[in-house]
Amino acid sequence: MSTRRVIYMDHSATTPVDPRVVEAMLPYFTERYGNPSSVYRLGAEARAAIEAARQTIAELIGARPKEILFTSCGTESDNLALRGVAWASRHKGRHIITTPIEHHAVTHTCEQLEREFGFRITYVPVDRDGLVDPEDVARAITDETILISVMYANNEVGTIEPIAEIGQIARERGIPFHTDAVQAGGQLPIDVDALHVDLLSLSGHKFYAPKGVGALYVREGTPLLPTQTGGGQEFHRRAGTENVPYIVGMAKALELAYASLDEEAPRLQRLRDRLIEGVLERIPGARLTGHRTQRLPGHASFVFGGVDGEAILMYLDRANVAASTGSACASSESGPSPVLEAMGITGRQALGSLRLSLGRENTEEDVEYVLRVLPPIIEKLREFSPICPDAALR
Amino acid sequence: MYKEIVIEHFMNPRNVGVIENPDGYAQVESSVCGDMMEIYLRIEGDRIADIKFRTFGCAAAIASSSLASEWIKGKTIAEAAQITDEQIAEELGLPEPKLHCSVLAISALHAALEDYFKRHPEARPSIADAAAQGNDA
Repeated sequence: MSTRRVIYMDHSATTPVDPRVVEAMLPYFTERYGNPSSVYRLGAEARAAIEAARQTIAELIGARPKEILFTSCGTESDNLALRGVAWASRHKGRHIITTPIEHHAVTHTCEQLEREFGFRITYVPVDRDGLVDPEDVARAITDETILISVMYANNEVGTIEPIAEIGQIARERGIPFHTDAVQAGGQLPIDVDALHVDLLSLSGHKFYAPKGVGALYVREGTPLLPTQTGGGQEFHRRAGTENVPYIVGMAKALELAYASLDEEAPRLQRLRDRLIEGVLERIPGARLTGHRTQRLPGHASFVFGGVDGEAILMYLDRANVAASTGSACASSESGPSPVLEAMGITGRQALGSLRLSLGRENTEEDVEYVLRVLPPIIEKLREFSPICPDAALR
Repeated sequence: MYKEIVIEHFMNPRNVGVIENPDGYAQVESSVCGDMMEIYLRIEGDRIADIKFRTFGCAAAIASSSLASEWIKGKTIAEAAQITDEQIAEELGLPEPKLHCSVLAISALHAALEDYFKRHPEARPSIADAAAQGNDA
């Protein structure tokens, strides 16, 4: 059993680093190791590498190079966007609009701004598919509103939000608009002008770059105070010596992702649809979470009545399938998933969630394999369970 | 995160199921994580002749109920009543965030015994009995 290849279906958690990305990074560890701030040639070489990476990423998302800041991860990008704009605009107003389905990098930052710094946060609701209604955002705007933050695509349920429409509303009212595009980066086309976004977060390891590098797009003219101070790196907006090899790797990875998007997105979508169809057909009481079609191309998520998510994962792991759950027991957070709760999936039903997120190495055979092993796992766990699926689904 | 013994009980839980017309029955829920457990007891004389359980929960919850059922089956009521959640947690090597799973298993057992004592108050072990049993063990 242990010699069998692991079928990795947790690409929303992280992705393997593309060997071409590793190759692009390698010279910057041992040969071109200079500090980009140094004046001699070694330094200039490193500087040239990060500026080329900045140019690449800027072009891929329709931005200008000086609007791209490199960070250490998606969480840092979200933190800098929210705290940076809030701090810079605190004299103008202290109201932020967001949603209940954001990543903790956004919600916990909002909660701190509320608790410690006197900001007021409005959470606009989502419908049962996890969709935000742009009209709700428009209605929530006050004279005090200094920032709107709505994610591009949700990590737990895959739903893609109407970012361009929300951005349009924000633009008309002159309010900076941030989107957490950590799940969307490399998977959905990004054009910051078409989306009307002023700030956009990316994380390298979601698109086959290594962990430990991210980026924040900041439209020129957007108020932003640095939250990390020190040297003058990143246009005085994010101090700290640049992580040169990782920045090079992230640019290479995003370039590769968008170069193959036209073939890869429809391929993943076909696999995803087969997976969704198969699970709903073969497992009684299974329910898809998130929007049926307006969702990330490789993202399939479900709730199953009568079983616990972590128990499903453990059985899948024994069958060499790596997947994920939003269940409380599998993470350090207690209580049911706030994302599912916001979508009206509550209590014990929300504890039986499973996320299968597909990526480059997954094949049709992988999908068929999961469709063979998953139904008996759910059936076995239901035999252990005092809750019959019908009751759990009520 | 889990020791092999947890996985082993989780993959092959002992005594899963229900007992028709049980002598003692209880269903308990965890306020921590929403896990749920039910226990069925068949009691002959002063012994727990049979035990069945069903658990909604994670690997640790299922393993805790499986191990508890294994320990309880065939024991006298007084012996069974002395098994603690600490003993279950220690045997399974449960990590700190999963300790409440062993608490749930033992609460379910105690609740099922209480259910039996409601109809058989004479069977409730006196403190002296329990102490004597404890010394024997």
